[in-house]
Amino acid sequence: MEALLSILNAEFLAASIRLATPLLFATLGGILCERSGVINIGLEGMMLVGALMGVFGSWYLNSPTLGFLVGVLSGALVALLHGFVCISLRSNQIVSGVAINLIAIGLTSFLIRIVFGLADQQRIVPHFNSYPFPVLGQIPFIGPAFFNQLTLVYIAFLMVPVSWFILFKSRWGLAITAAGEHPKSAASVGIDPQFVRHVCVVLSGAFAGAGGAFLSLGQLHFFQDEMVAGRGFIALAAVIFGRWNPVGGMIACLIFGAADALQFRGQAVGMGIPHQFMLMLPYALTLAILIIAGGKSKAPAAIGIPFRR
Amino acid sequence: MIEMEKITKVFPGGVVANREVDFKIASGQVHALLGENGSGKTTLMNILYGMHRATSGTISRSSQTLTIGSPSDAISHGIGMVHQHFMLVPTLTVAENVVLGTSAGPNRLCPFLNLREAEERIASLSREYRLDVDPRAEVWQLPVGAQQRVEIVKALYRDADVLILDEPTAVLTPQEANDLIDVLSNLASRGKSIVFISHKLNEVISLADEITVLRNGDMIGMVRKKDTDAKDLARMMVGRSIEPPELPNRSPGEPMLTVKSLCVEDDRKLEAVKDVSFTLRAGEILGVAGVDGNGQKELVEAIAGVRRAVSGSVETKHQGVSNREYARRIGHVTEDRLKTSVVLDFSLWENFGIKTCDTSPHASWLGMNIGSLKAATEAAISEFRIKSRGPDEKISSLSGGNQQKLVLARELGLKPDILLAAQPTRGLDVGAAEYVHQRLIEERQNGMAILLVSTELEEILAISDRVIVLYEGKIMGALAARKATREVLGLMMAGERLEEMERSPGERN
Repeated sequence: MEALLSILNAEFLAASIRLATPLLFATLGGILCERSGVINIGLEGMMLVGALMGVFGSWYLNSPTLGFLVGVLSGALVALLHGFVCISLRSNQIVSGVAINLIAIGLTSFLIRIVFGLADQQRIVPHFNSYPFPVLGQIPFIGPAFFNQLTLVYIAFLMVPVSWFILFKSRWGLAITAAGEHPKSAASVGIDPQFVRHVCVVLSGAFAGAGGAFLSLGQLHFFQDEMVAGRGFIALAAVIFGRWNPVGGMIACLIFGAADALQFRGQAVGMGIPHQFMLMLPYALTLAILIIAGGKSKAPAAIGIPFRR
Repeated sequence: MIEMEKITKVFPGGVVANREVDFKIASGQVHALLGENGSGKTTLMNILYGMHRATSGTISRSSQTLTIGSPSDAISHGIGMVHQHFMLVPTLTVAENVVLGTSAGPNRLCPFLNLREAEERIASLSREYRLDVDPRAEVWQLPVGAQQRVEIVKALYRDADVLILDEPTAVLTPQEANDLIDVLSNLASRGKSIVFISHKLNEVISLADEITVLRNGDMIGMVRKKDTDAKDLARMMVGRSIEPPELPNRSPGEPMLTVKSLCVEDDRKLEAVKDVSFTLRAGEILGVAGVDGNGQKELVEAIAGVRRAVSGSVETKHQGVSNREYARRIGHVTEDRLKTSVVLDFSLWENFGIKTCDTSPHASWLGMNIGSLKAATEAAISEFRIKSRGPDEKISSLSGGNQQKLVLARELGLKPDILLAAQPTRGLDVGAAEYVHQRLIEERQNGMAILLVSTELEEILAISDRVIVLYEGKIMGALAARKATREVLGLMMAGERLEEMERSPGERN
């Protein structure tokens, strides 16, 4: 118990928030995509591509910011493929997503070896550093917990109200919801549901790419094979647990982030629990949350169904 | 005002839906488009609304040619449409549904919604045209009639002056239909043009100023209401005169089916049939009236043994037999022909033999006698006058009427003492429906007990001995068909109990 209490401090909160951030990027993308009626199981693969391309971008353009943008764009590009297969060709969305995940694993491990060479795979690239807020960062406890983070963390959490506003208070959000709930009614008033879905899928890829690039440029500072390690799938769980609402998704991500932080801290402090067990924690929590949220949450009615006129 | 000239529509695959059809709508008029299922009414209106493109022909307004390539084009020309299956997003509010796809305010690019302004405008439209629509209600919570008025508001909000309604009364109770008729006449009196698609003669006559009749994609003619009557219109619609079916006198025999305090759940585990009891006798047709979705499906399925009842009992002479045998002893024409009556990929003989292929004479110890099944199918084809190329033809290439005849032939071929006929004439043309009615009456004369479920009151009144009305899974009352009127049945379909109406006839408003 004492050991447990010793880890619940400002540092733990800061770590929870930092670890929630890549999940949050991907979750916001997932929400956007699924609300428009397309399942994006490929978030994981899009994150992985974003992580790698972020590293490449940052190395060759010698700027983590430009590298991050490259990561975002590459995620969007992969998503464009998913959209083409699922929306234009009306193929199965699950199969396309699984294919993207598998291709991403192979492609990224291949490219990192080709580009950086076998010996220098885990080359440290220019990366982001934390940005403490001038005044807020000085507040005891709250400062180090909330206001001594990477700029991207603030951006990710700022995207929550922004996307909430777009989804629920704008004409675009209405069109997205209509495309995901009842695409025929959207079509009957002159909205092209396929176009709406394409835009949302591409944006979800951009968000996933951002999450991946955050992992590589904000946390690890290099690329490692399969470094996303299931976070794309945890984000999918957060989409469902958050009931397709950005605010709910953010809460889910914070819970997962905390579980992840607990796992790291627990390992460091050494609570007498095998570290393999701690490692399992975020994933076990995902399963538990899906079981709890399972029956109750209601997915967009037309999700997974290709639109035909 | 709007004129469609020589409209021809050929679908990919060569099906001609419209052949050189002329159609004119004047402002302030209610115009009915009358025709049987498959006569091309909906296609013609989908062309006007931009959902389909005509293969040839022109659309013009005040002698200016219009190009309508999409619903947005139609909307910008002041044309609005209320589809048979509503185009509403159930999870959004009325106001959100109404503004969906409109560009708000003077700045077209401004993405923000001004829902308050929209809500005010909807409320004022609702007041002006007496539509009784609450802009803040969520659509899924509204009854069907209200959803339909939301669709009308949606069109008016887009400044439509031509309003097309596709089979608007199909989903309504008779009283709701009367309310809708009031709303539409009110709209017409304020200068809007109304087009409504229908195959029901009585509502066409009570509402329309002008009537255009289509048959098999051809325009048969345009008449003014004052120059025509129901008989004329029926002849134009069907191509020959039709006689209403007659139910000969017959006193019912012994009880064949007794349902006691039956409760059944639907697929969502909600109670769909609540404490239903009735008796069906030999040589009797018992009509079950009600608006679609009030427990009819679950009731029939529970009796047929394909859905488990929660409580209560169904008593027949066939207790204690296997499920398979029970299915052979109770005739069952299911309400969704294509989903539960036939296997579309199967041939006629396979569909015909699906219940009997494992019993004598069609089966021996292990094998199935395809020859005898085909011969039996052949016999059914000629007896029921099914238009087909023989037992090997796929059932999917038959028309709805001929498919239904095969289903009927299969179910009656088993010589059941009970027939459950759910919506037996839904989607059939007048000729096929006539045939089905004749057959049912014939079987009644031979002593079969028939449960006829239908949402069409005319059908129920024409060929039933007795009528029960289902509302939200409960029986609102039972009465002899010859004593029943549309008005009384309509009130029962809307949830009034017969006994309460009889108790206080003066207090009703």
